[in-house]
Amino acid sequence: MQIINEEKIFADKIDEEIKIEPKDWMPDQYRKTLIRQISQHAHSEIVGMLPEANWITRAPTLRRKATLIAKVQDEAGHGLYLYSAAETLNISRDEMLKQLHSGKAKYSSIFNYPTLTWADMGAIGWLVDGAAIMNQVPLCRCSYGPYARAMIRICKEESFHQRQGFEILLTLSKGSKAQKQMAQDAINRWWWPSIMMFGPNDDASPHSKQSMEWKIKRFSNDELRQKFIDVCAEQVKILGLVLPDEKLKWNEETKHYDFGEINWEEFRNVVNGNGPCNKERLEARVKAHEDGAWVRDAAAAYSEKRKSREQKAVA
Amino acid sequence: MSNHDWPLWEIFIRSKNGLDHKHAGSLHATDAQMAIENARDVYTRRMEGVSIWVVESKYIHASNPDESSSLYDPANDKPYRHPTFYELPDELKNM
Ligand SMILES: [Fe+2]
Ligand SMILES: [Fe+2]
Repeated sequence: MQIINEEKIFADKIDEEIKIEPKDWMPDQYRKTLIRQISQHAHSEIVGMLPEANWITRAPTLRRKATLIAKVQDEAGHGLYLYSAAETLNISRDEMLKQLHSGKAKYSSIFNYPTLTWADMGAIGWLVDGAAIMNQVPLCRCSYGPYARAMIRICKEESFHQRQGFEILLTLSKGSKAQKQMAQDAINRWWWPSIMMFGPNDDASPHSKQSMEWKIKRFSNDELRQKFIDVCAEQVKILGLVLPDEKLKWNEETKHYDFGEINWEEFRNVVNGNGPCNKERLEARVKAHEDGAWVRDAAAAYSEKRKSREQKAVA
Repeated sequence: MSNHDWPLWEIFIRSKNGLDHKHAGSLHATDAQMAIENARDVYTRRMEGVSIWVVESKYIHASNPDESSSLYDPANDKPYRHPTFYELPDELKNM
């Protein structure tokens, strides 16, 4: 009998674009990387509901309100798909929630910024969901099967998120002077944090290379960021507004937009817990979990009751 | 029973009448009824299905990926199971 070299089988699968499935052998580090990435991603979807939930009760029309509720509900769904995908790697839901609630786990730092006006709902949809989509589309081809499948479902749902955001900004941009200014102000505040969502520059991103080799990542942080900037620089013209970057300029040679220096100091600060809303977000999440305990208890008690009734009926 | 005791369920969804149920994902629930209700919210927010099956994950038995060659190889040397194996004249229509 042939000795099976598991590492070689794994490497061949990666080479041949064959998905890795939960029961397949995989290197420890591959498993750990995926658990970290998928659970952080799940946490981001869940915490990401908070800045927008802030505006559900204050949406300007019923149509906007229904849309915002549907979007926030989608984000909850995305969190659940991703938690399930992470669980296939042998980490429990409970453990992941503990990591989030204790502050040990990270989530996307973009959600640590406040949502000050209604226009922020537009800027978040257009820029934050837009950046997320740019990141997520290549993840649909990620080498780990359950993650890739979750991402396909998520990407299908995301496209309305970005479109509704752009529609909000477009409406404001055609409104009164004050409304147009409100839209511009939201873009000014969300632009830089949005392009930070792609993560540190390639030369400062230690895990990137290995993740690319494992085909978890398909494009580098800087490649995706550039693509996003190129797209947004054109889209913003339709709004008749501007991106807050004086150095943003089309470069005929590179066929890309040049852009200004990113404030990585701010990025690190927010990641390390010192953003404007880090504390508030975590507290809100923990409170929601604790306040929901009675619902979980009631559901468990009800199912116990139903079970014992069924048993009596059989006896 | 605390939250982490809730069993895991695999969700299968029939997207249209006449089609097979297809695996959609998994979720936690206390019992089958709750699993169906949660699956409705988590997996069919956009009319993705007309029927939902839920199976507690522990009841799913899977083939071992390491044995896949011995499990599926025998079919490889039986090309006569496929219609293209048979050489027939072009004049033959409707077959
Ligand atoms: Fe999402
Ligand atoms: Fe979204």
